[in-house]
Amino acid sequence: MEQTQNKRKLNKYLDLTWTFFKVGLFTFGGGLAMLPLITKETVEKHGWVDEDQMGDILAISESTPGPISINAATFIGYKVGKLLGAACATLGLVLPSLIIIILLSLVIDWFLGLEYVAYAFMGIRCAVAILIFNAAIKIYKKIQKRYLTYILLLIGLAITILVSQISSIYVLLFGGLVGGLEFIIATSIAKKKEKKKTEEENKEDQS
Amino acid sequence: MKELLLVFWTFFKIGLFTIGGGYAMIPMIESEVMNRGWISEAELANFLAISESTPGPFAINVATFIGFRQFGVVGSLVATLGMVLPSFIIIIIIFKIYEKVIGSKTVKAVLNGIKAVVIGLILAVVANLAVNELFVFDGDTFVSVRWASVVISVILVALMLIFKKKMHPILLILISAVLGIIAYGVVPLIFS
Repeated sequence: MEQTQNKRKLNKYLDLTWTFFKVGLFTFGGGLAMLPLITKETVEKHGWVDEDQMGDILAISESTPGPISINAATFIGYKVGKLLGAACATLGLVLPSLIIIILLSLVIDWFLGLEYVAYAFMGIRCAVAILIFNAAIKIYKKIQKRYLTYILLLIGLAITILVSQISSIYVLLFGGLVGGLEFIIATSIAKKKEKKKTEEENKEDQS
Repeated sequence: MKELLLVFWTFFKIGLFTIGGGYAMIPMIESEVMNRGWISEAELANFLAISESTPGPFAINVATFIGFRQFGVVGSLVATLGMVLPSFIIIIIIFKIYEKVIGSKTVKAVLNGIKAVVIGLILAVVANLAVNELFVFDGDTFVSVRWASVVISVILVALMLIFKKKMHPILLILISAVLGIIAYGVVPLIFS
């Protein structure tokens, strides 16, 4: 009896690893591209999470630090099997990348040294610039657009171009700080205004 | 050992501040990895292209590549671990309180501020890449325009605008490779 229970437990962890291994192996680009397969495997096949929770998981994964797919894997893994489950899911997701990229790294210098491959990469680097630009547009489409957004955007752009030695981490921290402070100040001002208004109204009522 | 720790710490920081998807890490790769001289601008662009066209999370592929370049297999394991660990810790902490955190308007405002800056940082990366690909420099002095790359870029942008979402990134990379071979390999052969 106890043995079958242990076996089932072990199966759960193997299942998590194998499921996310497949996700890592069969999706390109990571992040949102992985979502359909993650949903198919974890919602429809294993029933680890339901459709509603999947929406939450996506929101959390997108708004917490780190690669979106790693966040989702950790979350689902933790839900199924706590700490070990989270470790198994993350390991599974990362393993195909590790194996494939390490094998590629062994031959990349030879590969990139081939004359026609080098020509191909002259073109490919143009495509990469366009894809990176596209990523900026994708983030832009999703955020709130207010005056502060544009100011911070321009500050990020200007600092990076003008001050080459600054780490972008400080620029990111600055953006988060300004965004948070502006919100706190704006809401406290709005609250004070409302308070004043109600006080005035009370006075008028009394007089 | 000290250098390995530096690789770990660098990617831990990058993992911690990659907000809004894998591409958000690129500005940090430029400031944290390229400024240390671990890789060059052209190498980074090559890595990014290969990471986009191989399976797995983009950010993990890039970390594995750079880690391997520095310290072989051990380096790639350490870089990947560094990249993954912040996600792991934060998600487990958030697991129990996520409804409060995700619902908080202050958290949303902070994230919006960070994402706005990220857009600026990414645009700066694009500007840097474009300048390096489209123009030839000798040190800091301008030498000439790489017309072949300009033509390739115009064709690719046109394709993106026409086909929009139907244009998968890998397809775009494949087309750009063919255009590169034609423009830099075949055309000079014909005219020589």
